[in-house]
Amino acid sequence: MNVIYTDNNATTRVADEVIEEMLPFFGGFYGNPSSMHTFGDRVGKKIRQARQKVADLIHADPDEIIFTSCGTESDNSAIFSALNAHPDKKRIITSNVEHPAILNLFKYLRDKKGYDVVLVPVDKKGHLNLDLLYDSLSDDTAIVSLMWANNETGVIFPIPEIAEKVTEKGILFHTDAVQAAGKIPIDVKDAHVDMLSLSGHKIHAPKGIGVLYVKKGIKFFPYLIGGHQEKGRRGGTENTVSIIGLGKACELAAQQLPIMNTQVKELRDYLQNQLLEKIPSVSVNGDLENRLPNTLSIGFDAVEGESILLMLDKEGICASSGSACTSGSLDPSHVLMAMEVPFKSAHGTIRFSLSHYNTKEEMDHIVKTMVPAIETLRAMSPFWKDGKLV
Amino acid sequence: MWEYTDKVKDHFMHPRNVGELKDANAIGETGSLNCGDALKLFLKVDENERIVDASFMTFGCASAVASSSALTEIIKGMTLDEAAKVTNGDIADYLGGLPKEKMHCSVMGKSALQKAIADYRGIQIMEKPGEMVCECFEVTDLEIIEAVKANGLETTEDVTNYLKAGGGCGKCLGRIEEVIASVKAEG
Repeated sequence: MNVIYTDNNATTRVADEVIEEMLPFFGGFYGNPSSMHTFGDRVGKKIRQARQKVADLIHADPDEIIFTSCGTESDNSAIFSALNAHPDKKRIITSNVEHPAILNLFKYLRDKKGYDVVLVPVDKKGHLNLDLLYDSLSDDTAIVSLMWANNETGVIFPIPEIAEKVTEKGILFHTDAVQAAGKIPIDVKDAHVDMLSLSGHKIHAPKGIGVLYVKKGIKFFPYLIGGHQEKGRRGGTENTVSIIGLGKACELAAQQLPIMNTQVKELRDYLQNQLLEKIPSVSVNGDLENRLPNTLSIGFDAVEGESILLMLDKEGICASSGSACTSGSLDPSHVLMAMEVPFKSAHGTIRFSLSHYNTKEEMDHIVKTMVPAIETLRAMSPFWKDGKLV
Repeated sequence: MWEYTDKVKDHFMHPRNVGELKDANAIGETGSLNCGDALKLFLKVDENERIVDASFMTFGCASAVASSSALTEIIKGMTLDEAAKVTNGDIADYLGGLPKEKMHCSVMGKSALQKAIADYRGIQIMEKPGEMVCECFEVTDLEIIEAVKANGLETTEDVTNYLKAGGGCGKCLGRIEEVIASVKAEG
């Protein structure tokens, strides 16, 4: 069965060019980049090039790039570094729609370490309440961490504007740009951010490689203490193969940014409009304008997400749902709840996230599958009668 | 992804007895749109209290649909007395088992069946004592107090993990916190 992959905010296909770039370093070129011999430095040289390419994607200097194992490690490293830099400051600020890598870390710091955590809310469109955010900035604030774009809805926060306001008060600012990278332009110099997290597997590099950008002049305390790798800022022998792959992926992402905002965006809009046109009682979550070009979070009244996913799965279509239906918790995602998306559509929310590998034919197949799937599920739903929600 | 048995998948993709039963004379409803799953069970019961037909309408995940479908197959042909003895374990067994996180789907089947039987017999289901706190999972304040005391539960998350209370729409979480606080205040 052909796979139609529209779950690119979960993970992406490793680009063929990236695999080609990495292959020699799985095999013959196994040297340690730190070694004092030419054989090891063949790898060292490739890593220096990769670091440059990663830096180029976000307009940073190579010295400001630290390779980590994943986005979560980058997020944790940034926050713990800020807390170590300011042991006297007890307030930390984030939003209530963050990825668990930040949200659960902040809850841990609140519950176990006594930090005063401010969770800034969002409105129905997913926009951050900026007044509340700015009012909560205090002399006691160690760091503000906000995602650049939301993984579930694709809604983009105005990071350059926020970062400027936060940093001019002398407060550290970190952004989780895992979803934004490769989808919208990122310029760390222009954006005034002190630290920024990236993840390789969201931009067609392999899993297990992440990046933390730390602005020059910002005091950094390593999270993994060990050898001199990454200039002592992250111990542990480099994940050489993945770093080399990530370099290539960043080079490609920079080239493909215009495609993302034309071709991919058009496909996403086409899928959205077809679903809205062909299926009644459907609503799109989040701000339609201020949104990642590849992401569509769409709710179908009176049906449940997992059921829809399984119907899609039968046709080889990969997507995700906005709810986690388990015994402990039946609630829709914290993001949809924070946006006060009504239960009637929150439980039936599906996220389609596209990449440049998708085609119009695939979108047509998704629509062709979705129309009868929703009809079937609504036919058995006690909340659907005579073509409408009851 | 959940590890569903072939039988669960079959009953989800090809559910038996779906839809409203026009001449039903007993109906049992449980769950709600807010909670993320709901089941409406229709029974046609003859003069000897035998279930001659059954159907369902379900909003929920694959295992909720499969549990509903399985339930209707199990109870068709049973007398109400026999049906009253069907447990949620019987529903899960019929499907070759359910993931443990999904057992509540079979509990929902059992609950709708009890309500349908009570509906036919015209009896009020005995209300649980105490004040209803969690409407999604029908948990009362007395049950929460008992669980908090017996197990030393401290947070709303503890209560949700233990009783499921608060794990649905979440609107009772504040009330659960109050109940926990009242137990603590008592010492």
